[in-house]
Order: sequence, then C-alpha cells, then structure tokens
Amino acid sequence: MVRTEKLVFEYEKRDEEGNVIGTSRAIDQVDIDVKEGQFIAILGHNGSGKSTLAKHINAILVPTEGTMWVNGRNTSDPSELWNVRQSAGMVFQNPDNQIIGTVVEEDVGFGPENLGVPTDEIWQRVEESLKAVGMIEYRHHSPNKLSGGQKQRVAIAGVVAMEPKCIVLDEPTAMLDPVGRREVLKTVQKLRQQKQVTVILITHYMEEVVDADKVYVMDHGHVVMAGTPREIFSRVDELKSYRLDVPQATLLADELKKRGLKLSDGILRKEELVRALCQLN
Amino acid sequence: MSIKLEHLNYVYSQGTAYEKKALDDICLEIPHGEFVGIIGHTGSGKSTLIQHLNGLLRATSGELYYNGENIYGEGYPMRELRNEVGLVFQYPEHQLFEIDVLTDVCFGPKNQGLSPKECKERALEALRLVGLKEKYYQSSPFELSGGQKRRVAIAGVLAMRPKVLVLDEPTAGLDPKGRDDILNQIAFLHKESDMTVILVSHSMEDIARYADRLIVMNKGRVMYHDEPKKVFEHYQELEKVGLAAPQVTYIMHDLVKSGLLVRTDVTTVSEAADEIMRVLHREREE
Repeated sequence: MVRTEKLVFEYEKRDEEGNVIGTSRAIDQVDIDVKEGQFIAILGHNGSGKSTLAKHINAILVPTEGTMWVNGRNTSDPSELWNVRQSAGMVFQNPDNQIIGTVVEEDVGFGPENLGVPTDEIWQRVEESLKAVGMIEYRHHSPNKLSGGQKQRVAIAGVVAMEPKCIVLDEPTAMLDPVGRREVLKTVQKLRQQKQVTVILITHYMEEVVDADKVYVMDHGHVVMAGTPREIFSRVDELKSYRLDVPQATLLADELKKRGLKLSDGILRKEELVRALCQLN
Repeated sequence: MSIKLEHLNYVYSQGTAYEKKALDDICLEIPHGEFVGIIGHTGSGKSTLIQHLNGLLRATSGELYYNGENIYGEGYPMRELRNEVGLVFQYPEHQLFEIDVLTDVCFGPKNQGLSPKECKERALEALRLVGLKEKYYQSSPFELSGGQKRRVAIAGVLAMRPKVLVLDEPTAGLDPKGRDDILNQIAFLHKESDMTVILVSHSMEDIARYADRLIVMNKGRVMYHDEPKKVFEHYQELEKVGLAAPQVTYIMHDLVKSGLLVRTDVTTVSEAADEIMRVLHREREE
C-alpha cells in the first residue's frame, strides 16, 4: 500500500534574498513497507522526520532521492498526483486548521466535491462518513461549537468521504482531553474494521500504539527501530535514548522487575500486568 | 499572599445572541507558593479562568483579590499585576518573533522599563533556568526544535521574574523527553524559588506527578479542588466529564477486582510499584 525505497528528503536553507545556502536532510535512506489494511504507528521525537515522512504519503512533499509508492503509484510522477492524493488522506494535529465549512456536513462534503463526485453521491458519502465517525447527529451543527474530539472526528469524516485506501494521522490527539483522545482512536479502529482502510498513526502517546501491527521509530531522519509493539516496548532503555517512553503499564512492570519481581518482558496493557501479578500471588 | 476568587462569573458576548457563560460562580483560593494543576475537558473554562488571573479578561461579576487587594478596585495597578503574574499561553512558540533567542527573551523586561543591561542579565538568567544551551542564544528562534522553542517562550515570561507562573498546556505536542524536561524544569523552578505555579494540562499522569493540589473544571464551574489523590478517587465522575485518572490508578483498581488488595489512591508509577511490592511481600509472609 505504502512503500518507500531509500527515500531521502532535503530541506533547502535560504538566506534573506531567497538564495539556497545549504540543505538539511530530514529523511535519510528510509525503507518502509506498509501492507493494505495494516495499522502502522510511527514514533519519534520532535524533529526526527516523522511528519516530513507523512507528508510524502500524499505527495505534499516529494522525495529528493529514492522513491515513494502509494497504492502502486510513484508520488514523484506529477501525472499521478491526484490519484495519489485520492489514495491517501491526511488528518493533522490541530482540528481548527483543517475545518473550513460553516456547517458540519458541508465541511465533510468539501473533499468529494473537489474530486468531482456527482452531487447525489456526495450527500451519500457525507452521510456514510459522518455515521462512521459517530457524528451524524451533528450534521447541521456549526463546527466551531464542537469539542476538540468531535472536531477531529469531523476532520476524519472529511477524509473518509474521499474514500482513501489509506489514512495518515499526524498527532491527531495532541490537543485533546482524555475522552476526546479515546473517541478519536476508537473511530480510527472502527474505520479499519468497517472499511479495511490502512492506518498510519504518528503520535507521542505510547499508549495509542499498543494495538499497531507494526511500529517504526525514527531518529534523525532514519528508521532506527521497527517491530511489533511488544518487541519495541521491551527495549525500554533504547527507546529512552531516542527521547521516547513506554506505556505506563510497561513502565510499572519494568519498575517492579527492577525491584525483584519475575515478570515477563513486553507487558503492554494493564490487563496483562494485572493477570501477571495475580499469577505471581 | 494569595490569589482569591470570590463568586467570579464571566460571560462571553454578553447581551448578544452568542451569549455564553464561560465561568459560573467560581470561588477559589490559591495560596502563595503552591503548585496547582488545572484539568478539565476542552471548553470547560480552564483558559478563560487563567486569563482572569493577570487581568487579561475582566470578570462580568464577582471579585478577584491578589495579595488581599481587589484587582477590580479603582486605581488598582494592573500593570504591576501583569508583572507579577506571568502567563504562558498554549503553543507559546507562535509568539516568538525577534531576530535571535536572546533578544526575544529580552522583550518582556524591556517592556517593564528595565535598562538594556538589566534586560540582558534577566534574559541570560531565564535562559539558564529553562536549560537552553548557550550555543543557541544567538540563533534565530525559528531554527530551533519544538521543545527548544517552547523553552525560549517560557524563558521570555520568566525573564519578567513573575511571582506566579501560569502555564496553559506547556507540553502539548512535545515528545516524551521534551515533556519530562520542561515539567522537571518547572518543578525545579518551583522548588528553588517560592514561585506559585499554575499548570493547565490534559495529561492526568503529568498532573499527578507534579501538582500539590488540583482544580477540576466542568462547564465553567469548579467541580473538585483537592489533593490529586483525593480527586482521582472520583475517577468515574471524572470520566463523565471528559477526564480520567492516571493509568496506574486504573491498574490498582483492576488489581483489587482481581483479588490483590492494594490501595487505590495511587497516582504515580513509583508509588504503585511500592504499594504492589508491599502487598505481595505481606501476602507471602502470611
């Protein structure tokens, strides 16, 4: 679904007159391979290159070197641009920056309208996507009266209405309260089950990635770790060296192990920790 | 010395069709030197509340006393209040604008009417306090990473030497290390000086780790005002208003349900580890 081969991206540094005075490499020789229907998480500290990578997936940026394929199409090929953008939709951190309509249903209809979808079908898609994110009862509301989590779900509906095969979410929960965070993640999981979309989630919340099929960790533009959540989160010290963390259940398990309890590696969820502790007893 | 709010109300766009009550009969007292956490769902009135603390918003009705003086009283020196109560907004790095880091941090003290020499001293002190490396002082603030920018922005407020530091979600969007660095720095500042710190956050884990007391806002009202441990005992009520308890608290509750009788008023990972070890040892001895 999404595949890169030795992807390199360099930002140009310019002086005040706009002349290029140098480059900085934000992504350096990245190879990733995401299969259709997978749930992939990308972790990395601020400035590690993860958002730059995400912006390649719907061709907001194109590689300086190497190749990015989305749904079999090369994103560097300008004639494929619209096909690429239709295959991959993006949701960003701040819901207020991505909502443009004055009424929820108009906002959701904006995407398909731009794709040239016939009017009848637009309304059908709007209804379906608002149902999918659980926001149908707000279809006639003004988006600016919604909570953060609700706005973010409307933004997701806007992407879903374009019927992409892949959704890229770049820190979609960073500005939300705990319940808003949970709402958004539940919505994403529901979409995966109902519509089999591929999900690529970028986040700083370690708890959000425990259900991922695969986790990539980025540092200085490189992929430095790749594996299942269990594999990744059992390497606590290595993660910390990349400025990251582990879920609290894992952290507590680690702390208990340091104090002499015999617990297995790679405990991710609270249920697993509770079970392991009760068995000890 | 304290901040005291008495029956404070604030209504947005009063008298229009968009009238909205954002703060509803708030009564609170924040003693000097306390580390207070404020939590609440998006739209609960947290940001509106803190903007009253340095007089940016004026209450529709009710009183606000700073060190015993009513700030709405006639002739109250609002300018001095703003020097004493420093406010760090959400995404404060958007407010950086100067040509280099040091000049940017000088902006606050410059507006306080200090001499260029004093401004520079204050700025250097503040930048040291937030732990930004000296090699960045001459860089453009826009070349820094997200976490570094945020430190510069916080330094800009600290350079005014506030007695009360109010931070609105200072760690939103930062990576875990950046999150810990900034909060540890704030906790350190709080310990070293006798500054009052008021921290608005969506992270229950962070709040549990740092705050002495917690204010929970819901629909413009104060729902709880107590020690974090006591507040998080109401985790079911908190969930109903868009909040939660720290994850370890849930683990403790689940352990009890599964028959391991640990205390549930635990809010941090190290406390939880202590408590689990204590109970397991005791059960083994029996």
